[in-house]
Amino acid sequence: MNRLAPILRTTLALLGQLPARAAWHGRRALAFLAGDPQADRAVPPTGFTAWLTLLTAGAMAFLAVFALALALATDRLADRWGAELAQTATLRLSAPGEELAAQTAAALRVLEQTPGVAQARALTPEENQALLEPWLGPDLPLESLPVPQLVEITLDGGDFDAAGLRARLEAEVPGAVLDDHTRWRAPLIEAAGRLRGLGVLSLLLIAASTGAMITLAAQAALAANAQVIRVLRLVGARDIYIARAFVRRFTLRAAWGAGAGTLAGIVAVWLLPSADTAGGFLTGLGFQGAGWLAPLLIPVLVAVMAFAATRAAALRSLRAQS
Amino acid sequence: MIEFQSVGYGYGGRTLFQGLSMALAPGSFHFLTGPSGAGKTTLLKLCYGELVAPQGRVMLWGRNAGAMDRDAVALARRRIGIVHQDCQFLDHLPVAENILLPLTVAGRQAEGDANLRELLAWVGLTQQAGQLPPELSGGERQRAALARAVITSPDVILADEPTGNLDWEMSQRLLTLLIELNRMGKAVLIATHDLNLIRAAKAQVATRILRLRDGRLQQAGADL
Repeated sequence: MNRLAPILRTTLALLGQLPARAAWHGRRALAFLAGDPQADRAVPPTGFTAWLTLLTAGAMAFLAVFALALALATDRLADRWGAELAQTATLRLSAPGEELAAQTAAALRVLEQTPGVAQARALTPEENQALLEPWLGPDLPLESLPVPQLVEITLDGGDFDAAGLRARLEAEVPGAVLDDHTRWRAPLIEAAGRLRGLGVLSLLLIAASTGAMITLAAQAALAANAQVIRVLRLVGARDIYIARAFVRRFTLRAAWGAGAGTLAGIVAVWLLPSADTAGGFLTGLGFQGAGWLAPLLIPVLVAVMAFAATRAAALRSLRAQS
Repeated sequence: MIEFQSVGYGYGGRTLFQGLSMALAPGSFHFLTGPSGAGKTTLLKLCYGELVAPQGRVMLWGRNAGAMDRDAVALARRRIGIVHQDCQFLDHLPVAENILLPLTVAGRQAEGDANLRELLAWVGLTQQAGQLPPELSGGERQRAALARAVITSPDVILADEPTGNLDWEMSQRLLTLLIELNRMGKAVLIATHDLNLIRAAKAQVATRILRLRDGRLQQAGADL
């Protein structure tokens, strides 16, 4: 199961439990977005900071879509690898030719009586041949080689006790080696987990870079409008009034830029070949199901971040200018 | 309304003035004179809280300006109309919007619509309402600054060399406007070098003339 999904569900549930508070914040957000046209006009539009904010937010949102897709895809991958490998085990039997059939039969009897084992099946010589073919070639004289007999075990997800089974096999089928795939599964899951971590780290770095760029743009705009700020103060404007004009402008610019970047990112991810068509890891990078809605949070989060970053920068800058 | 209690101020190791006490009462009309660099503009800035006195206290409506937070200073400024020598407008906004700015920042735009036309006619700028400040002459800018200073009907009007860029006729017109405001009960403080302006005012209204010299505030007038 996707591990990020519960976090999203919990967030939505918390929002749902706070209708009155959410409504109040919603009204404030709408009033902020609607703005005060007169107040907005007090601050002249500044060309390069506007473009800087739009471009930065757009580019970062575009990258964030891919980072989010990577995080979600590796999350799915880890789950799939973990689930698939956890449901199977392999038994390897090594014995002289005449004893191998008896040992195989004994091992299958033990497995039939083992809780948690849904099915146990000895691989046929053809299947053994197919497994070795990539390394030893197609013309392998399998009957002349001491190739061990493999038994494929399918688990039913119940109480499978690998240690208990090993002890029974040691007593009844000496030379049998049980591999429950723990050795294989752990590094694969760890690798997927690290990829997911990289995706999340990328998202955090993108967020930090976006915040820093928007802060710099806001500070540049404030510095360029020092005379405007002086006049506004002269006529009795409070810092929050002056800051709000800048904050609203930067928040909306960042939201628009991030919206465009997110849309472009979603289209780019959508255009990737599907996993079914091409197979492999990267082709499974796209979103699945409700996961397609996750990128829609990016413009909202960018706007919230732009609001916080610009507000802090504006108030700090206004304090410094006094 | 505004009271200086033993105020001292200096910068760069130089004392501009010290032990300065004065009060601006409702309906009073003050001139502030003195040589260039004596500290007239500094004194005005102390009046509206742009500067904080390191010595003594400046009281704004009974509160120590030095102990007021930034919001409180901003609110106090809404009770003070300020006319600067260089006027200080938002050059991207038309004259009418510049005049309305004190009401806009106070969230009182609705009041402005009713007063604006009358105010523009009073300062003779009806035709220039839609122009940008850089398109105005010096006299028109000064009158626009005065209109902006009074649109909130402030208790105090501070003017820093308001006639510095004006010819005599325009200076007289501006003085007439300030005297009209004073007769409405507003306290007026004008920092100026213009002795003719002071003489013209004395002929029309009871004025108090303060001279800032050698770091002290002196009563003047007999020699003017």
